[in-house]
Amino acid sequence: MLTLHCPYCGVHCDETELAPGGEAHLTRHGPGSDDADFESYLFLRENPRGVHFERWRHAYGCGKWFHAARCTVTLEVFGTYPAQTTAPMQAILDIIDEKRPGWRWRDVT
Amino acid sequence: MSDPVTALAGREAAHRVTIRDAGPRGMVTLRGDLEDPRILRACKALTGCAMPDQTGAVLDGDTGLLWMSPDELLLLVPCSEAGAAVDHLSDALRGMPHLAVDVSDARQIIALDGAGLREVLARLTPADLHPDALAPGTVRRTRLSQAAAAFWLISEEKAEVMCFRSVAHYVFGLLDNAAQSPEAGLF
Repeated sequence: MLTLHCPYCGVHCDETELAPGGEAHLTRHGPGSDDADFESYLFLRENPRGVHFERWRHAYGCGKWFHAARCTVTLEVFGTYPAQTTAPMQAILDIIDEKRPGWRWRDVT
Repeated sequence: MSDPVTALAGREAAHRVTIRDAGPRGMVTLRGDLEDPRILRACKALTGCAMPDQTGAVLDGDTGLLWMSPDELLLLVPCSEAGAAVDHLSDALRGMPHLAVDVSDARQIIALDGAGLREVLARLTPADLHPDALAPGTVRRTRLSQAAAAFWLISEEKAEVMCFRSVAHYVFGLLDNAAQSPEAGLF
């Protein structure tokens, strides 16, 4: 069971109160972009064993989207942070550095 | 004009915790910048209540303000005053981005009375019902079994549950069933 802290309403919500939103921090490549970028945006996703960044929506609560960093192996949650950002917050990266030295996710380390 | 009728039409179930239709209640959803002084003034004028903090519920009898999200508030007012409350908000907030809607007929409020009400709710929701996590004066939006709901404690022996009108009988049935289960003594 996954319990995430909603950064907007401060509630510790159960997984069943949330709607999953897939991988975080994707860059949209729309019309006019080259095929490789578009394919990557549309289809190619990380499937990591370990640190992962995801989007979640507090569907049964305040309704806001937020980001979560967690470990896919242990379900340990490193932290959650608001959606108004295009990259993971430094504070969250520091926590992961401490707990999973040498980790890597896409080109984030 | 016809009289307002709730979906539960006065339904009541008396167990250790009594579950009953709380009757018609005026409910107005307000979305906007909750820190704007005009919103603070208008809400105070309509309910007499101070602006609640994050997840707060400031109640004065049947009127009150419930914090729903960082940009959403629910005003509880007497049933007959909901329409006037929307008009008041629309006047007071003219020119600033906001949304004020009378949702009284779309919702149902169910009252819970009795010492074991934390346990009754805990059987149906993933929310933490421990007194440290949910004190009177806070509102928790969550789900009761399969239906979206919100609840707030008025005291340790009195709480209110709000759900959509369309699932009112379903939620009432859930609470009725949970209230009949033997006490587990968790809280």
